[in-house]
Amino acid sequence: MALLEIENVSSGYGQVQILWDISLKLERGKLTALVGSNGVGKTTLLRTAVGLLKPWQGSVRFDGRDVTGISPHGKAAQGLVMVPEGRQLFPSMSVYENLEMGAFTRRAKANFQDNLEQVYEMLPRLKERGDQKAGTLSGGEQQMLAVARGLMAQPEILMIDELSLGLAPFLVLNLFQVLRQLKDSGLTMLLVEQNVQMALAVSDYAYVLSEGHVEIEGQAAEVRQMAQVREAYLGM
Amino acid sequence: MKQLRNPGLWLALAITAAFGLWPALAGNKAYARETTFTILRAVAFASSLNILLGYTGYVSFGHIVFYGLGGYVGFYLMDVHGVHLALAVLAGGLSAALLAFLLGTAILRLRGAYFALATIGVNEAMRAFIKNFDPFGGPIGMTLNFQVYNDYGGANQALWTAYITTALLTLVVVLVSYLVKTSRFGLGLMAIRENEDAAEVMGVNAPSAKTWAYVLSAVFPGMIGVLFFFKNGNVEPGDAFVLHQSIESIVMVMLGGQGTVLGPVLGAAVYQRLRGILLVSTLFKNIQLVVAGVLLLVIVLFVPAGVVGWLRARFPRLRRVLV
Amino acid sequence: MNGQPLLRIEKVSKRFGGLQALLNVDFDLPQGQILGLIGPNGAGKTTLFNCISGVYAPEEGQVVFQGQDITGWKPYHVAHQGLARTHQIVQPLEELTVLENVMAGSCFGHERRSLTEAKTIADEVLPFVGLAERRDELALSLNVAQKKRLELARALAARPLLLLLDEVLAGLNPTEIDEMVEVVRQIREQGVTILIIEHVMHALMNVSDRVVVLDYGELIAEGTPDQVANDPKVIEAYLGDPKMAERLMGEE
Repeated sequence: MALLEIENVSSGYGQVQILWDISLKLERGKLTALVGSNGVGKTTLLRTAVGLLKPWQGSVRFDGRDVTGISPHGKAAQGLVMVPEGRQLFPSMSVYENLEMGAFTRRAKANFQDNLEQVYEMLPRLKERGDQKAGTLSGGEQQMLAVARGLMAQPEILMIDELSLGLAPFLVLNLFQVLRQLKDSGLTMLLVEQNVQMALAVSDYAYVLSEGHVEIEGQAAEVRQMAQVREAYLGM
Repeated sequence: MKQLRNPGLWLALAITAAFGLWPALAGNKAYARETTFTILRAVAFASSLNILLGYTGYVSFGHIVFYGLGGYVGFYLMDVHGVHLALAVLAGGLSAALLAFLLGTAILRLRGAYFALATIGVNEAMRAFIKNFDPFGGPIGMTLNFQVYNDYGGANQALWTAYITTALLTLVVVLVSYLVKTSRFGLGLMAIRENEDAAEVMGVNAPSAKTWAYVLSAVFPGMIGVLFFFKNGNVEPGDAFVLHQSIESIVMVMLGGQGTVLGPVLGAAVYQRLRGILLVSTLFKNIQLVVAGVLLLVIVLFVPAGVVGWLRARFPRLRRVLV
Repeated sequence: MNGQPLLRIEKVSKRFGGLQALLNVDFDLPQGQILGLIGPNGAGKTTLFNCISGVYAPEEGQVVFQGQDITGWKPYHVAHQGLARTHQIVQPLEELTVLENVMAGSCFGHERRSLTEAKTIADEVLPFVGLAERRDELALSLNVAQKKRLELARALAARPLLLLLDEVLAGLNPTEIDEMVEVVRQIREQGVTILIIEHVMHALMNVSDRVVVLDYGELIAEGTPDQVANDPKVIEAYLGDPKMAERLMGEE
């Protein structure tokens, strides 16, 4: 059974419907990519999964349990953690303090030191800059910190909304290498990403969204080869 | 002009005229005249303010400055230079218009709360200026030489002349308010009120339209100011630039229904009457402004469209009449 | 009509503080054409619209409309030249009726009609966008799709020479999208030149004669929809750099 199941979800904002009957599965230990052009519903889907948006129809099941109605912090307590678009760090707090904030739930607090060591090992630059204010970090470092903060919550599933957005190309490669390390460590992840090539290169399974529904899905290696991916983005 | 046949216009004019004619029918004519004078002043002021507040969506807290400045200029001309009332009234209107024009270019580029604050600043600055302006009598103000009344057939006659002129001017203001609302200029103002940026993209020259709305909303208060100070026989800074009077005007416009022609007329009349009653009552006379504040809060929270606005929404068929 | 294009964008650059939103954007729009403007999010498409319609003034370059340099002109002066636009986030005049909204477009657009004339024009335009029955309702009572049509009607009532459409299809269901595309075609048949920003790609590629692609504020491709969709630079802009992806996979 998949760790996360999104079943027949329709949702939107106010009167505008964004998602039309979408179903999606996250298999344990795999990195699943969710790609598609802008405005197509990727972030809406993520927000619905995490509980920031109530679906008009459909359900979200986490490890077999129905969690559709549970709030974001409730879901975080159960291990469903999101790294939001645009990082959304606490700029006047230090790197260390941001990481502390990540370990908000009881479960995460209990294993704080262990988690912190693991994060520092994977991302030594953050350890170096432990006392530096988050707002003064470079874009790439901020993105790393955002992911690290998510890791401090001891997630069962880590959902990342736009890893490469606004970052210079050479930083993008760096971040995806970190992502691959995380994947290799067995963490279940959902990656919403604009950069399709990189997303498909790092993930195991992929969903291509177009106009609020799933256009293509499959093993990432297969999806990479499909001309339809280009069509989903460019309309022809 | 087909639009003049609108029954709503005639309703508003008829109600205004009814107020104006009341002293002719009342027992104690002089007393009725004094009461109705203040009602008409309120109606004219509220209707003028409505052009800026209701149609254009710019909230002027210090609008009383036009009444004060116009009044002072006209009074000065009559008192010191013996100018005839009619010319003085015109001069009052013109000076208010000029002030609005100059101010407009400076402060109308501010939006929302900043504009409102600026208007308060302007009023306070003007009062301080006049207080120190010797030709206008400084802090003591000016008292009209009683001789002047003789030019108009004596004090009693002069007061009635002032009254009738005020009544006629108020009718004119109501008509002007209607004409603006039903004109292309008015549509432009309302577009600015609804969404100024979209209005500009659509082709509305917002800076120009707003300035003219401001000027138009200033002219009549300026004229009425002259008439009022003439009838009172004196003017001083403390009477001419009373900030809470223009705030009460906002309550009148909102109570009656901002953006309508009839709303400010009814709102002003009702509020003025209410105020008169409160001031006489031992319980309320010191907290009359508290009542105003509470009333404003209630309107803004529950009936933002005011009485006439609410009626228009509730009874769409009445829209042609409740204009 | 003489040979010059209706709209010339000449090396337009726009900067916001440290961010270069547009850099040397340069292209022509001939009269009677439908030109699609695409690019990934943040590419500068709406910024370009804002520079054309007068909301922003570019630091460098020129916007030339019918041979007249309108760079940096105020939005209302640009409107008076014969340009109308819709917005990404609809901007209805909420407390005015549908009719009044459309009349405003005619009164203040480049024809600057009187109220009576504007009413006649509005009554012609409303059935065209399918809002005739809602003529006397307040704009705030419309749903989003209807508000989009209202905004389009308001722009059309000005009888513009050039119409800028900013994501008219966003939030519409497939049927509504098809209807709107048909409306856009009919507008062009009436002689209006159209510049259209859209994310609903298949619709845009379908309706455009030519397409121009922005990425990070620069024009990276220009051509027919077919040419653009197959242009490797465009594909990379949307899908990412294939070489970097290969490197990542090679390291595994």
